[in-house]
Amino acid sequence: MTRTPEITNVARRSVLLGLAAGSFVLAIRLPARAQEKKFGGEGMPGGVKDDPKLFLSIADDGTVNLLCIRAEMGQGIRTGFQTVIADELGADLNRVKVLQAPGNQAKFGNQDTDGSRSMRHHFLPLRRIAAATRQMLAEEAAAKWGVPVTEVKADNHGMVHGPSNRRLEFGALAKGAAARPVPPADKLVLKPVSEFRYIGKDVPLIDNLDFTTGKAVYGIDARVEGMAYAVVARPPVLGGKVKSFDAAKTMKVPGVLKVITIDPPTPPIVFQPLGGVAVIAENTFAAIKGRSQLEIQWDDGPNASYDSVQYRKTLEEAAAKPGQVVRNNGDVDKALAGAAKRLSAEYYVPHLAQAPMEPPSATARVTADACEVWVGIQNAEAIRTDLSKRFNMPIDKVTVNNLLLGGGFGRKSKPDFASEAAICSHAMGGRPVKLTFTREDDLQHSFFHTVSAERVEAGVDANGKAVAWLHRTVAPTIAALFVPGADHEMPLELAMGAVDNPFDIANFRVENPAAAAHTRVGWFRSVSNIPHAFAIQSFAAELAASLGKDPKDFLLELIGPPRLIDAAAMSDGWLYGEDPKVYPYDTGRLRAVIEKAASEAGWGRQMPKGRGLGISAHRSFVSYTAVVTEVAVSDKGEITIPRVDIAFDCGAVISPDRVRSQLEGAVVQGISLAMLGEISFKNGRPQQTNFDGYELTRIDGAPTEIRAHLVNSAAYDKPLGGVGEPGVPPVAPALTNAIFAATGKRIRSLPIRDQLAGKV
Amino acid sequence: MSKFTVNGKAQDFNGDPETPLLWYLRDIAGMTGTKFGCGQALCGACTVHLDGTATRSCQVQVGSIDGKSVITIEGLSADGNHPVQKAWRDLNVAQCGYCQTGQIMQAASLLKDTPKPTDQQILDAMSGNICRCGTYPRIRAAIKRASGAA
Ligand code: FES
Ligand code: FES
Repeated sequence: MTRTPEITNVARRSVLLGLAAGSFVLAIRLPARAQEKKFGGEGMPGGVKDDPKLFLSIADDGTVNLLCIRAEMGQGIRTGFQTVIADELGADLNRVKVLQAPGNQAKFGNQDTDGSRSMRHHFLPLRRIAAATRQMLAEEAAAKWGVPVTEVKADNHGMVHGPSNRRLEFGALAKGAAARPVPPADKLVLKPVSEFRYIGKDVPLIDNLDFTTGKAVYGIDARVEGMAYAVVARPPVLGGKVKSFDAAKTMKVPGVLKVITIDPPTPPIVFQPLGGVAVIAENTFAAIKGRSQLEIQWDDGPNASYDSVQYRKTLEEAAAKPGQVVRNNGDVDKALAGAAKRLSAEYYVPHLAQAPMEPPSATARVTADACEVWVGIQNAEAIRTDLSKRFNMPIDKVTVNNLLLGGGFGRKSKPDFASEAAICSHAMGGRPVKLTFTREDDLQHSFFHTVSAERVEAGVDANGKAVAWLHRTVAPTIAALFVPGADHEMPLELAMGAVDNPFDIANFRVENPAAAAHTRVGWFRSVSNIPHAFAIQSFAAELAASLGKDPKDFLLELIGPPRLIDAAAMSDGWLYGEDPKVYPYDTGRLRAVIEKAASEAGWGRQMPKGRGLGISAHRSFVSYTAVVTEVAVSDKGEITIPRVDIAFDCGAVISPDRVRSQLEGAVVQGISLAMLGEISFKNGRPQQTNFDGYELTRIDGAPTEIRAHLVNSAAYDKPLGGVGEPGVPPVAPALTNAIFAATGKRIRSLPIRDQLAGKV
Repeated sequence: MSKFTVNGKAQDFNGDPETPLLWYLRDIAGMTGTKFGCGQALCGACTVHLDGTATRSCQVQVGSIDGKSVITIEGLSADGNHPVQKAWRDLNVAQCGYCQTGQIMQAASLLKDTPKPTDQQILDAMSGNICRCGTYPRIRAAIKRASGAA
């Protein structure tokens, strides 16, 4: 295995590779004191900043301008940040404007909008920012009135002095307040929870008017004076190269300006463009038409024989044999040998593509001494790092304007499309170029969700209690992007459900046999939690069925009594980057969401023929989720989903409407991947090219009703959990468990598609 | 040369007549409310009204619409207060919002032709529009809310 390259924007991930080389690179970079492990936002590259002067300003007319450092991709974070600031500041929500910060990690702290971290890491810093500003306004008012600051209070966008019944608007105080020193953190007084006006309440979406009138500007909508438009023909197989090409016909297409080659990446591929031939034209259509006229001979390279049907066999063979032990409690072999009953099953989840509705697109202008990029990206700093190296200029000369994202789901964590735009602009002598992925490009050149085989075996004693659990998880790893040849799941992938499994079973082992990556493996909303939860939650229901027990009761039995489990006890070395002391695994909370989803869904009610309820639960991103799904299966095997109940505990909920909408969306996305989702490979090439082959759930396949139930939503004493991702993992197994309840057919391989046709 | 109107404004185009209306609107006319999602009539993100009917603008060549009238999301209502737009805001339908201009144009066309659609009519009319964020339950509810008012 080769040495980890410099991967600044994934520095934290590199620590977690668990590879000596990666740790070594970090060890020599960091001074001894800094090696103390930091958690949460502090543990992210760039950390967290809470200087109000960086983020908040108040205009003379009272408009509060907040610089939002997180990317908006549908999770509603712009509304969430507005809510927190307005409430803590004592402002009128409608007078708080939210502007998007350009990328600048050194200045603003970490901006990587990923891992369901935005509110989890920023709720308190935002409150500190607003509280400090409020105190500066109060001091200014007190000085003007000559009264003690303790007698001055914020009241709906103004400061009031009760005893003398005087009031000054924020706008009138802004200039003086801004000149005052920022109070130190230990002098800040945060608003009592009981006085929240917006936090925890439903508020309108800040971008509602723009969203409904076409005025919202996404990355793909950037318009820069004089810009040209480009598309790229990329090698159809990962690792392929252009052997030769002829652009004569392309150059005859009206509007085509230039054809250039882009070099293939040198390993490790990280987030580099794949290389190929770019066509630059006067508009997107001319570029697409020009590309269709290219004649390119490809050298397909080492992955030319990648075939997902064959590869599935490879994964399943690996899952049948022992592999690297990544968690071990008790003696599983002995317990299995002595078990009254043994059961095992294998599960399969194929590659997926994130397929955000806005395909990757970026506009760049690269001149001799500066780069500017307009884009919707989850991780703006990754672009800055790449372009500053690529064009050999200081990072401060790379400006990234972050616009709205038309969905991200992990695809837009990677800056490859912005790099391509910049390469094209550079080739055009500094003319700005908008680079767009067509949908075909997006599906053929994704950073695909991994493909996995999961084998689970359990032993049960004579009383029907599970006494042994053996889980083998086999899947190519994201680490292969950074370390060529990496073939074991990283600790962070394993700690997405496989090792951090709370089941109360004395003999417990998780193994991770090797699996080589033959395509780019990236992250897809909730990442490895998808296959892990699918296997574990399916198998729990299978065990229940084989023992003749109710699946919900048996799931609770497996989880065991309410208790706090330390991450280390489960060999979880990641815990989503959080402090194990602050975030123990609380099985009581998992049990509570199960009870909530079950009672809301009417668990146990009599179902007519062909109908069934399925249950599943999973903790991820330090939040707890349970799902009960009702399915109806016709005698032809067609599946409809009348209703899904999803119960969710992320601790305190800042924006209930946005959390509910994330859960609704997670249910639909989970159903989409379970019913339809698959990218398959043949001759190294993805076989799906557009939404006809890579089908997504449409309105007629979505559940008729999705009911989201928030548990512990006012628990401000608990640390916050993530919201964007944790809704997804339990959705697929709840669906297949419901199908089992309705039909007696067990689906172990996704997608479901027409597996029931003719079998019911 | 093709002469048509977009939101009532006369357009003259003498570029490549094969240019899809979608790319004409976005790149040439600079109206970016109409979105690109698939380019193959598979997602509905690019939906506009062509002579009053919901149409996938990625499939319409500019050379073929001489004399026709195009309404885009920017022209659906003067002030953004078409009943469908209002219902979308009342229910906070959008997540990322990217598909929603196409959804709104599709829904407005449905309600114009069928002011009180049944559940099945809603599914039939809207199933050509993909929302990757999964806002379908709210889309359904918003159409019902706007129904009878559009
Ligand atoms: S872009 Fe026209 S239907 Fe998808
Ligand atoms: S709201 Fe994001 S695709 Fe529909």
